[in-house]
Amino acid sequence: MSDQPLIRARELTRVYRLGGGDVHALRGVDCDIAGGDYVAVMGASGSGKSTFMNMMGALDTPTSGELVIAGQSLLNRRPDELSKFRNETVGFVFQQFNLLPRTTALDNVALPLLYRGTSSKERRERAAACLEMVGLGERMDHHPSQLSGGQQQRVAIARALSNEPKILLADEPTGALDTKTSEDVMDIFDNLNASGITIILVTHEHDVGERAKRRITFRDGVIVEDTQ
Amino acid sequence: MMSPGAAVTVALTALRVNALRSFLAMLGVIIGVGAVIVMISVSQGARAAVEEQISALGANTLNVRPGSRNMGGRRGGAGSAQMLSDADAAALRDEVPYITAAAGFMSERSVTAVADGMNWSSELMGSHPDLFAIRGWTPAEGRFFDMTEFDGSARVAVIGRTVSRELFPAGGAVGAALRINGVPMEIIGVLEERGQSSWGQDQDDIIIIPTTTMRGRVSGMNWPGVRDPVQTITLQIDSARNMEAATAEVEEVLRIRRGISPGAEDNFSVVNFAEFLRARSETEQQLGLLLGITAAISLLVGGIGIMNIMLVSVTERTREIGLRLAIGARQGDVRNQFLVEAVVLCLTGGLMGLGLGIGAAYWVQSLEIFQVSVEPMIALVAIGAAAGVGIVFGFYPAHQASRLNPIDALRYE
Repeated sequence: MSDQPLIRARELTRVYRLGGGDVHALRGVDCDIAGGDYVAVMGASGSGKSTFMNMMGALDTPTSGELVIAGQSLLNRRPDELSKFRNETVGFVFQQFNLLPRTTALDNVALPLLYRGTSSKERRERAAACLEMVGLGERMDHHPSQLSGGQQQRVAIARALSNEPKILLADEPTGALDTKTSEDVMDIFDNLNASGITIILVTHEHDVGERAKRRITFRDGVIVEDTQ
Repeated sequence: MMSPGAAVTVALTALRVNALRSFLAMLGVIIGVGAVIVMISVSQGARAAVEEQISALGANTLNVRPGSRNMGGRRGGAGSAQMLSDADAAALRDEVPYITAAAGFMSERSVTAVADGMNWSSELMGSHPDLFAIRGWTPAEGRFFDMTEFDGSARVAVIGRTVSRELFPAGGAVGAALRINGVPMEIIGVLEERGQSSWGQDQDDIIIIPTTTMRGRVSGMNWPGVRDPVQTITLQIDSARNMEAATAEVEEVLRIRRGISPGAEDNFSVVNFAEFLRARSETEQQLGLLLGITAAISLLVGGIGIMNIMLVSVTERTREIGLRLAIGARQGDVRNQFLVEAVVLCLTGGLMGLGLGIGAAYWVQSLEIFQVSVEPMIALVAIGAAAGVGIVFGFYPAHQASRLNPIDALRYE
């Protein structure tokens, strides 16, 4: 392990220029996240937590400040460089799953590998292994419409894992699930973190937040609480 | 980057998902490509018909007929003017330098031929032996008659394939006896099959005998004051360059021979039939151009349909695009995905249009108004036109898709 944290953010700001004036979504955020950490990002809507998450996933770039993830600075990068970075470094899990309809679970999971030019044989093998990992080895040929919400979210997790990311980013991963299914999904996250993957998840549910090793709370674009 | 094979698979999946909508979007391209196919087939058919007629006449030939070319008030029909004669043909051959061969001929629409107990009504042509060479005809069986037989009014006949088939179904026409309007002849040759003319006439339904034999023994055709009359003289000119000069000299020689005073109107006409046909073909090509513009407009409308459906598709699949960008698709990947989709859509439409167009072309042919020629090359035209429409009209929606911001796209409802 190097001394450098996996994620290093200094004085991060993000200003959206809208018609009615500037909106300051982040107003100077300092934050280090070590490899293998398990972080819950919390806060009311409009607090800046989503903007922070988008930056962790290189979907958005800071207006100013310093952001280094896995040794790469993410300031002033071209869209295609950010795409390549996302493909190699992070995996996303969304509240609404965002699976492609009328596409098999296997093909959904293999999608990130498609953009790496991985051969179709290897794509299938790796996607199958990821589906086994989330306990859906029996349902590889099912379409999302044939799966329950919990199963769909597990397919989405398998998709996020197929490119072997360093960081797993989950935005309200249990927001669309019932309590029992939420717990099953959170068990998967716990196991993944135990196996060494860094997890950052956004949630407003405290019992979900309790599972994390660290909780960061945002308000008005700054971190107001950071408990290990 | 995504591999091209994967891009096509992704595109095909997307199109299958919306099969009916994809088909409706393709309709414009199907009709456009179909129109292009019909347009090309008809105009190529017209050109082929002209070339066929020209080659049937023989290369570089002029036809001389009695009667004036202009539709002047005092002019009678071609038949009422003084006939041409074998002597005119000989004089032209001797006096006009560009002429390599001259042959007079005449024909009668309908004569009755009887052989072997069978009878058949056919066209009878009386001709100079040189006509065979000028027209480029060859015997399929036997031989053609020669100058000795011509000079001796020999009772010899060359028959076309149709006549041979009708009178001698079992074969063995050459050497057999034939009666034409009761006059006995010997069949010495059968013409090589020439098929239908472009105006649908059977060119093999013909019997050719020496002009001398026809005049003396069969039809008794004569003309007061003209020895050895013929209806038409066909002249072969040594080169296409000399056609005009030859025409002028032929006119001069004939005016003297026919005693036309200076300033008076010709009572004969020299027709460069090939030129006439080419002029008509130009008209047909202009018609083809008009059809071409119509086809281009159909393709344009088809292309706009494709662009419209692709824009709808991009909007509908905004979240999918956001997801793809999030998990590592580059702008080029997204652009190519939609471009390939548009091209696949157009190519599928193009192939359907090809089928439709060929079907329509054969239907037009069955109407027997135009000659139609469907060539294999046309498939390339269809594919090229369809792919072109796909790229041109698919580019804008694909570009729009590739420029989406992943965050906004993921949030799109």
